[in-house]
Amino acid sequence: MKEQIISINKSKPGWMLPFLLLPLWIVLYWNLQSLANFLIDDLLKMKAGSHLTETLRFFIFEVPKVMLLLVLIIFIVGVIRSYFTTEKTRKILEGKSLFTGNIMASALGIVTPFCSCSAIPLFLGFVEAGIPIGVTFSFLIAAPMINEVALVLLVGLFGWKVALIYVSTGLIIAILSGWLIGKFKMEKYVADWVYSVKVGQAGEQEERLTFNDRIKRGADSVKEIVGKIWIYILIGIAVGAGAHGYVPEAFLGSLLGKGSWYAVPLAILIGVPMYSNAAGIIPIVSVLIEKGVSLGTALAFMMSVIALSLPEIIILKKVLKWQLIAVFIGIVTIGIIIVGITFNYLI
Amino acid sequence: MDYNNLKLTKMDIKVLGTGCPKCKALEKAVRNSVAELNIQADVSKVEDIMEIMKYGVMRTPALVINEKVVLSGRLPDGKELKNLLTQ
Repeated sequence: MKEQIISINKSKPGWMLPFLLLPLWIVLYWNLQSLANFLIDDLLKMKAGSHLTETLRFFIFEVPKVMLLLVLIIFIVGVIRSYFTTEKTRKILEGKSLFTGNIMASALGIVTPFCSCSAIPLFLGFVEAGIPIGVTFSFLIAAPMINEVALVLLVGLFGWKVALIYVSTGLIIAILSGWLIGKFKMEKYVADWVYSVKVGQAGEQEERLTFNDRIKRGADSVKEIVGKIWIYILIGIAVGAGAHGYVPEAFLGSLLGKGSWYAVPLAILIGVPMYSNAAGIIPIVSVLIEKGVSLGTALAFMMSVIALSLPEIIILKKVLKWQLIAVFIGIVTIGIIIVGITFNYLI
Repeated sequence: MDYNNLKLTKMDIKVLGTGCPKCKALEKAVRNSVAELNIQADVSKVEDIMEIMKYGVMRTPALVINEKVVLSGRLPDGKELKNLLTQ
């Protein structure tokens, strides 16, 4: 069967390949649990219910599941992103009024390709184009917080409902934080040299991409992102599997469950200095929930780890004065606390 | 424009990037390809953000050939890079 696929691929253009692989993906994905059970129960003949067996079962099931989801979703997002460029996004945001601008910037933050290493040139490019600080911040908050890796892991480990809650509350935080920063008229707290930068008009010329090119972009982003994060996912799931098998159920319930008012602020306090990406943190958080941590607290923890990270703050320090940094951290933190407490009460 | 004359002049290649891993990878790939294709070129790395912004680039790394931005925000594969360099 494999040979067949390869020979078809040779005669047809490259964009066919992903569509040919899709049925294989579906069959594999829906049979992972039985495959894992077969391996553990029949092949290795391990005793069901023991700590080691359940730890291993969790690991052997979750790793391929998350990897399959990652490949599919990163590929799709990669293709979608080939339709968006930073230049186009800037053009759309130019001249938008504050609130509308914040909404659009947050939404575009999800689909525009972004890497925190490019945060500075992006910030300068936006300021130069006259896009208000508040709108720029909506983009800078949404882009790292809501990314395809977080989405995959949330859908895979928590289900689509939690993923949807994460994305929508993340968007609301990005919109309102940016809007508030805009209202506070923080323009004067941008580092002075920023306004003296001369941004050239050249930029990259508009690329003409064929559908084949876009498929290739999707495949490239799979290679790049999965190549970079697979190890974190493996470690994250291994830690999660260990906790799944060995830590007693509801162990953290009394400490970090719904009832404790300090759970959310504490989670954020631990989360902000932690520098981890979505890949490493979400598998661990999924097990924390199983052990009694409430959903709101877990959401707050994930958001604070992913959205507010020290390295990014250090990068932004180059273009912002400390007052603006403080306001940015303060507003986003309050937003996350509200999300956390709200969901602790609702669910 | 006199194309024959243009070919004789040395190509001016700049890699724009503030020091992210991808920027270093692009510089290395460019130097390797230039050597491999035996192109007469000056390859330099621009790390100063003020200089980078002059090219209107918002995503690093970026590749500038003869003062024209031909690529930004990603690492091309070997084939694409060679295409860009020989165009």
